[in-house]
Amino acid sequence: MTYGSAGGRAGDRGTYDLVVVGGGPAGVAGALTAALAGLRVALLDSSARLGGQYFRHTVVPGRAPGLDRFLRQARALSDRAEVLSRHQVWSVAREPDGDLLVHAGSPDGRSVAVRGRRLLIATGAYDRPLPFPGWDLPGVLTAGGAQALLKGNGVVAGRRIVVSGTGPFLLPVATGLAAAGAKVLGVFEAGGALGLARHPLLALGKAAEAAGYALSLARHRVPYLTRHAVVAAHGEREVEAVTVARLDPRWNVLDTRIVECDTVATGYGFVPQIDLGVQLGCGTRRDVDGSPVLEADSAQRTTVPGVWAAGEPTGVGGWRLAELEGRIAGRSIVAHTRRRPPGAAGVELMAGEVAGALSRRRDRWRAFGAALQQAYPVRAGWQGWLRDDTLVCRCEEVPLARVREAQELGATDARSIKLLARPGMGWCQGRICGYAVACLAGEPQQPPRRPIAQPITLGALSEAAGPGDDLATSRAGDPGEPATSRADKPDDPLAH
Amino acid sequence: MTVRPFSITVDGRSVPVVPGQTIGAALHAAGIRSWRATRFGGRPRGLFCGIGVCFDCLISVNGRAPERACLAEAAPGDEVTTS
Repeated sequence: MTYGSAGGRAGDRGTYDLVVVGGGPAGVAGALTAALAGLRVALLDSSARLGGQYFRHTVVPGRAPGLDRFLRQARALSDRAEVLSRHQVWSVAREPDGDLLVHAGSPDGRSVAVRGRRLLIATGAYDRPLPFPGWDLPGVLTAGGAQALLKGNGVVAGRRIVVSGTGPFLLPVATGLAAAGAKVLGVFEAGGALGLARHPLLALGKAAEAAGYALSLARHRVPYLTRHAVVAAHGEREVEAVTVARLDPRWNVLDTRIVECDTVATGYGFVPQIDLGVQLGCGTRRDVDGSPVLEADSAQRTTVPGVWAAGEPTGVGGWRLAELEGRIAGRSIVAHTRRRPPGAAGVELMAGEVAGALSRRRDRWRAFGAALQQAYPVRAGWQGWLRDDTLVCRCEEVPLARVREAQELGATDARSIKLLARPGMGWCQGRICGYAVACLAGEPQQPPRRPIAQPITLGALSEAAGPGDDLATSRAGDPGEPATSRADKPDDPLAH
Repeated sequence: MTVRPFSITVDGRSVPVVPGQTIGAALHAAGIRSWRATRFGGRPRGLFCGIGVCFDCLISVNGRAPERACLAEAAPGDEVTTS
């Protein structure tokens, strides 16, 4: 019998001790930590394979730092927990008895609900694009999109590629594309005037990583130019060329030239995915770059009891930080289950207690993530790249002129601009244009208010409202492994 | 799991797939980079975010619409129609 499923109330059999949303490094580490301690765990992820955006891999995995280790964790998790891949979570609701009901769309289009006593939000982040004239032409991809094509599908996004935006993520994208055979015509980094020889990675003690990128770009003859950006894309049906601008420190255009290319990979940092936490009323804070993120304490607890968060939703910092936060959350969750009722073996762990070494490493990586964010701010000059007819919102096809009209009609904040001009009202619900609209409104981006985190059919919604479709009730299998202590054995997939 | 390359049909045309690829990736690899027109401007759209966030790459798969081509893993026999 599994720790945490005690109580013996009718219907309890279908309740997991922990439901994890997100199968990247944070979610898998958190779920595995809890499962190894004997908790009944379900993990839901939208992809076909675990990994999230960083450990995205094909059927034949490639090589990435930490990938082998992640795959060991993922295998160990699959043996010990219910892993529901290709499940799109669209909402989480608190039941009257305190349990959390996670609603998801299954691969066959049906709605399923997974019930858990606790929730770990590990939903990652996505690229933050900035609009520019022509950015909706096919061939313009986010940097993460180009990376996903390459790492997840083995497809090189184009033949002649320009990489543009800001942040260290542009470097692995450019070197990956070049190594895969694309002609990368340049990395145009809008920030910093220091160049790769004095890249912030160096200043942060990551000389080997910075040197690796520098070497790889040099080997493939890829120019790396700071204070440069793609400010327009040109073409009829697809990208045929871009305008590359030299920028001043505020990102105003100094001069321009045309570069012929067939593909653009662009990204200006990341937007943490926090919809589920906001739905549950979790407190938010502003990250270093102004992004709303979930407030989490030293044990990765959000402000809502029974809800933890790990990885990018608590602040962008990369896969190492994400995994550490996942492990800390997992331990805290295990401690939480043992506190109520008190630990039978007399070992009383407080949910807030965190192993010192883990939390020190977490804090170091968090400081590293914050320093990188500080090194790559988005400057206001990008707004000058837009023309009246530049689409700000791709879904509803709202050009800058309509946003300006709304402002002239008295819309003083992003929400009223949205109500008047409709940016953010389409399919993506403002995920792509939200940052830009907030900047145009002159305010920081607000936490998303999306009662449904993923579009679903009305049929699925009505199914979800009915009783008898509780996945945990219909599919929960055996109670899993008995509680074991997870000593740091050599074969421990979580050990370094 | 299928390990041999297979094909799907896209508007009647055969498009090769490496197992594990999404429909969007297979289309992109075949040089098809736009497969949808926007409602108002009739602008061509294909992959943009590539990870299920932007909804630019919507497509019909076996009569089910709309699916995100960047998330839908291609399966043997899939019949894809674009708008």
